[in-house]
Amino acid sequence: MNLERRDFLKVLSAGALTAGNVTSVFAGIRKTLSADAVGILYDGTICIGCKACEAACKQYNDMPPESANLEKATGVDGIWDESYDLSEKTLNKIKLYEHGDASTHNSEENGFAFVKKACMHCVDPDCVSACPVTALVKNDATGIVEYDKDACIGCRYCMVACPYNVPKFEYAQAIPEIVKCELCNHRQAEGGIPACCEFCPTGASLFGKVTDLLEEARKRIKLVAGSTYEYPMRSLDEGDVSPKTVAPYINYIYGEKEGGGTQYLLLSAIPFTKLGLPELSATSSASKSEGIQHGIYKGMIAPIALLGGLLYGAYQTTKNSEG
Amino acid sequence: MGKLLTSTESLEMSFSNELEAQGVSRRSFLKFCTAITAAMGLPATMVARVADTITSPTRTPVIWLHFQECTGCTESLLRTTHPTVEELVLDMISLDYSETLCAAAGHQVEKSLIDSAKLNEGKYILVVEGSIPVKQDGIYCKIADRTALDILNDYGSRAAAIVAIGSCASWGGVQSSSPNPTGATGVHEIIKDKPVINLPGCPASPYNLLSTILYYLTLGKLPQLDSKARPKFAYGRLIHEHCERRPHFDAGRFALEFGDDGHREGYCLYKLGCKGPETYNNCSSILFGDVGSGAWPVGTGHPCFGCSEEGVGFTKYIHEQSAVFTDTPPASYAQISGDKAGGITIGGAAVAGAVGGVIVGASAMAAKKMKAEETAPESDA
Amino acid sequence: MHEKQALGGRLLTKPFWVLLTLAMIAGLLLIKRFLFGIGAVTNLSDGYPWGIWIVYDVLVGTALGCGGYSIALLVYIFNKGEYHPLVRSALMTSAFGYTLAGVSIFIDIGRYWQMYNVFLPWHINVNSIMFEVAACIGAYVFVLWIEFSPTFLEHRKSLETKKKLNKFLFFFIALGVLLPTMHQSSLGSLMIIAGEKLSPMWQTGWLPLLFLLTAITMGYAVVIFESLFSAVALKRPLDETPILGKLSVMMIPLLVLFLLLRFGDLIWRGQLGNIFNDGMLGAFFVVENVLFLIPIIMLASAKNRMKATTLFWSAGSMILAGALYRFDTFLVAFNPGVGYHYFPSASEILITVGIISIEIMAYLIFVKKLPVLPAIKHS
Repeated sequence: MNLERRDFLKVLSAGALTAGNVTSVFAGIRKTLSADAVGILYDGTICIGCKACEAACKQYNDMPPESANLEKATGVDGIWDESYDLSEKTLNKIKLYEHGDASTHNSEENGFAFVKKACMHCVDPDCVSACPVTALVKNDATGIVEYDKDACIGCRYCMVACPYNVPKFEYAQAIPEIVKCELCNHRQAEGGIPACCEFCPTGASLFGKVTDLLEEARKRIKLVAGSTYEYPMRSLDEGDVSPKTVAPYINYIYGEKEGGGTQYLLLSAIPFTKLGLPELSATSSASKSEGIQHGIYKGMIAPIALLGGLLYGAYQTTKNSEG
Repeated sequence: MGKLLTSTESLEMSFSNELEAQGVSRRSFLKFCTAITAAMGLPATMVARVADTITSPTRTPVIWLHFQECTGCTESLLRTTHPTVEELVLDMISLDYSETLCAAAGHQVEKSLIDSAKLNEGKYILVVEGSIPVKQDGIYCKIADRTALDILNDYGSRAAAIVAIGSCASWGGVQSSSPNPTGATGVHEIIKDKPVINLPGCPASPYNLLSTILYYLTLGKLPQLDSKARPKFAYGRLIHEHCERRPHFDAGRFALEFGDDGHREGYCLYKLGCKGPETYNNCSSILFGDVGSGAWPVGTGHPCFGCSEEGVGFTKYIHEQSAVFTDTPPASYAQISGDKAGGITIGGAAVAGAVGGVIVGASAMAAKKMKAEETAPESDA
Repeated sequence: MHEKQALGGRLLTKPFWVLLTLAMIAGLLLIKRFLFGIGAVTNLSDGYPWGIWIVYDVLVGTALGCGGYSIALLVYIFNKGEYHPLVRSALMTSAFGYTLAGVSIFIDIGRYWQMYNVFLPWHINVNSIMFEVAACIGAYVFVLWIEFSPTFLEHRKSLETKKKLNKFLFFFIALGVLLPTMHQSSLGSLMIIAGEKLSPMWQTGWLPLLFLLTAITMGYAVVIFESLFSAVALKRPLDETPILGKLSVMMIPLLVLFLLLRFGDLIWRGQLGNIFNDGMLGAFFVVENVLFLIPIIMLASAKNRMKATTLFWSAGSMILAGALYRFDTFLVAFNPGVGYHYFPSASEILITVGIISIEIMAYLIFVKKLPVLPAIKHS
């Protein structure tokens, strides 16, 4: 064996130096909710699946209906929306959980339930950490994850990173963009609230400050099933309520802890995993990824030290030869 | 009619003559029969039998009692215009007693009631319109010095079957609204030992009465009933399921207040308190009242108020949001784990296979040559 | 100093025409891609935003391009002069591999006209692994061509310039080792952020080191495989077998380390049982590791190492293992949620095939026109 033991150890140490001591860099919860962060509380138990949120979202975000297949079948375009998931033309989506004969609302067995998919506006968003060019930014005040198409290079790393598969890419466009919910930023700028919340007929999508929404959610999951509760409509600040019978809530607020927390919170009467929501650890993947990366490149000491060694080695070997 | 009918032939003749006199041709009569057969959920082969039943000379005796009500159900039956439902109904049955329609009055008409019941003991159909007050022994409604409760118990126990027409007779109706001072009660809660068919509605759709009677006369049995004793062919589905505004609901387009843009565009009335999503009736499929296209409450721009549904009509606030209740959610919903495109295609597989083949083939060939070369120099040397 | 010489000979051979046709098909498909968008030629979806263009062209492509890195590490840093004859051709394939990976990235990213944003200080995000990878690969492509430039200078007989360049070359050689160390590990780190979407059998904090180890090993394997294959294909004698046999030893400790680290980590995290629970994925995992084991076993004896066929197949197995490891980590074990599938479309594969064809054509042109390969010693 020509490779000497000493050299082998050198390779090893170089590798260990660059790859870093991964076990020590687990970063834990790094980012916390801003005091003014806004979000949505989606209560699946009172959602009637009317899709008013979808229609309003499309209308106020200038999104065309998705009707390619229907158009093929009927020759009619632009009347009906038939998207089956979030897409580059659909920023929120009501999905149906069905079991057995699907006869009972909010029942896991032989029942059905609705869930609304949309950007979760994570407290520590993986997409923001992933973006190489800062095209996705988390607003310091509102916590909304915003997109800047002038920075975006379209690498789609955000899509790989997002645990909820939220950012979407316009595959059918020659000049594509990443598309995601920005919590109706443009409507909020004019004092409005997100369209999905404003047009929800039951208050299932409720807008408000995340801290207030969390409080509301905690109150709801403690309610007795079958009792009547005055559900706030549209926005927590509006004071408009609609009395409804309380469903048997799962004693859990989805989004309170997931991946470091989200600003879009969900309540349900059936287990969240059945609604297609992923089980995530309490820290974001971004915290792990950045922890390892920053562990390796802390102050660029390791790469510079390595470069120093390499320069010395390369100089020694090449000074007498012609390369 | 003033004509003595002696034979089947003449009766049938007279029936078609009568129809023709009212501008209904044989052709349109059969068309009507086809429609009503379909409405009952019977196959097309039954059309002829239904037509026979309508034109049959044997008439089933019917006693029609009115209790706490407004006579709206009778009125809506009489006000039907084209194919003259009331004619058909009244020609199929022998209406021996009806306070609204009897020409006679007083003791004379009471006698016909007593006689008919005695003559057709256990064979007549009893139609009840209106609720029965049960508080204080039912003193709130008396006819010919007898309480409604008493009359119902008397004639109900001797009938072959009972049809409770309208919401009042079915489950108490408007009088049973809180605090229900008279103790207004539906028929089926009083008569337990006879088949009771409920035809709720305020008023009940006359077509549902016609269909029920036709069904009974054609097949000699009662139609299939749901858990609330309503014929399934008429009350099997929610108004919401066949509503003409349903596409707007599915697309999330709602009228937000009366007279707004959405309301004018004919958007869904759910937000205005429509009870269609929790009311079982067929108004949305056969429309109501026989006035013409679009002439049913939702068609005219008013939310359904759930008149036929116990616990909804006269109970919930008119503009209170209904609980949406879907028997089986439609297939148009996106599934949690819906399949998406992007799987393997023939083209992709073929090209991938070809590439793999070329790599393996080239490697194998190179290895073969290597082997040959490795051994060749040795043999040379 | 080892003599190098251009191979000469006819360029437009039959295989060359085939390659040219494949490249032209890819060219036409690329026109379609730029006119109608990525969706028009690929099977990429909202669930699988990355397909073979990233996984093959970039991940496997640059790992295959690690020949220059691995040999430079050996020759210049560990001062193993005996491998010097391999440097030039290894550097050349690295330069092709990396340049075309860069081209693939350009094709694959949606907003390619803003690609330079990765290098603008006010746009960059230092938290992003992708930034590290993009910046590093970009810089390395530049470094590779500088490292390879003496070949051009020799060809043009501008020996003065070559002499001047040689004074600074050590700097680029050092960079040429540092940059791949950084980005080949970071290519693994890319998937850490995919979190729960990547199967726990592959998802680990050790991804950067595992990727680095396999990249270096693949670098050696590719040098061996390519030298032997091109010798046969270009009808040259198998003179290099002894030195390649010696080189192949390098792979063994690296692979053993890789497997120890990988299985140690799986056992530590209690995920080893998934091999048996996970059906398809378990099978992929087993095949992958068997492919990693094959070179260790085949190259264990010194006698075997002197056989060209053994070297060829063990190097092939190593390349396949490294490639499969990358495919598994980025596609097979990546599950964005129920309902999403990915298999490349015909056009997608044809574009990749076209890029590989260009690479082989460039190789043929270079070895025939430039002094890359060692001069044949006529005995």
